Amino acid sequence: MKPFTYLIPATVEEAVALFGQHKETARYMAGGTDVIVKVKEGWMAPDYLINLKQIPGLHDLHKNGATGELTIGALVTHAELEQSLLIRNEYPIIYDAVSNIGSLQVRNMGTIGGNLINAVPSADGAIPLIALDGKALLVGPDGERSVMVKDLFVKPYETVLTPGEILTKITIPAQVPRTGSAYIKFGRRAAMELPLIGIGVLLVVDEDLVTCTRARICLGVAGPTPLRAQKAEQLLEGQPVTSELLTEAGKLAAEESQVRDSVRGQAWHRKEMIRVQVRRMGLRCLDIIIHKARQA
Amino acid sequence: MTKTISFILNGDETFCDIRDHWTLLHLLREELGLIGTKEGCGNGECGACTVIVDQLAVNSCLYLAADVQGKQVQTIEGLAVHTGSLHPIQQSFVDNGGIQCGFCTPGMIMSAKALLDKDPKADQEAVKHALAGNICRCTGYVQILDSVAAAGRQMAGKKTDKAAGFSDPGSVTRQPGDQTAGEVTR
Repeated sequence: MKPFTYLIPATVEEAVALFGQHKETARYMAGGTDVIVKVKEGWMAPDYLINLKQIPGLHDLHKNGATGELTIGALVTHAELEQSLLIRNEYPIIYDAVSNIGSLQVRNMGTIGGNLINAVPSADGAIPLIALDGKALLVGPDGERSVMVKDLFVKPYETVLTPGEILTKITIPAQVPRTGSAYIKFGRRAAMELPLIGIGVLLVVDEDLVTCTRARICLGVAGPTPLRAQKAEQLLEGQPVTSELLTEAGKLAAEESQVRDSVRGQAWHRKEMIRVQVRRMGLRCLDIIIHKARQA
Repeated sequence: MTKTISFILNGDETFCDIRDHWTLLHLLREELGLIGTKEGCGNGECGACTVIVDQLAVNSCLYLAADVQGKQVQTIEGLAVHTGSLHPIQQSFVDNGGIQCGFCTPGMIMSAKALLDKDPKADQEAVKHALAGNICRCTGYVQILDSVAAAGRQMAGKKTDKAAGFSDPGSVTRQPGDQTAGEVTR
């Protein structure tokens, strides 16, 4: 591996200042599971690697009791999310997505923020955060700004972050009652594999437990960036959710997707799986909503 | 850049001069002579290099040596006690035929240890989930899973991390190039 100087700032401001000092010869690093591979392979050759792991505020994971807003620090690892009861019980779509990223060893190191910034079309971590209307806080030389997670991605490996900016946290607005969410990483095997297609569905229903008031259908590996199938979402909103309607939504989502042939799979197969899995994930959302309603 | 780090390695306080771009795997194998930890793919795909850092299984090929400053690191060399008796997981791999060529074995055992230390009663699904990042190219995984399950039963019976050789840290100073540390495995 090409030698570099490893810098370990204690605050975000210090990290941004270090980047300002070294400019394009520097790279930020979170868990390192992508950056170290890229340095080893020579795809990236920084003279300075700025480690963000020692910055205390970036490891937060909590729900604000008063507002219901969930905060996920950018340096929270996939394993920490997977093992959090809060995530497992209240944000099943996040649990579904992070519990099969890489391997446990990778999840113990890799972070949710790093997963977003790596910006691969298959980013398992991005899909649930888009479905949950997550917002990313970016801090850089020119101050702070926030961007919806769905708007973070420009194209494969490229985000809207400007040089020197750091993703510090993701916030998720309070979930309304009667929300169900689910994700499936669809592929040949669960571990150590990128999905053939990633499908996340979030449904909110009215008090009648049938009428959909909000739908989110998010797809990974269905285009150059993670995307939302908005026509399919609109089909569901305002309607009673049935298995038949979910099938129609699946068809629409498959049509909206920009899937293509790749070494891992064929476009037609991906479309078929979107069609099938949108319905299945939708039904799982309903199961979750009804189960919770019974408990209440 | 060169810096000095200190950490607990298999129970011993350890001081090392390292270079910033060294991985933990490089430090262990090339500088400290602890060659029990294997390098397979070098990219976090195979799990052969798995070690435990502060109770978590990690790929030492992706973990920078600088990041173990102040942490506890366990490698396969730390499992057997010096009198020669194996850790229950090691013994179980021997007894249940969980080893063929042996290259993946240290990583398998470290992944298993990270799991069983936390939850010796882990069911088969939990074992599979924890070992999914450890690839064995010889053959099937059945005997490996059996080995872990049997070790778990034994560890649940008597919770003895003392027997694993992680008693009080002594104070041994190892410097890069000091090969004596590797003798345990050879």
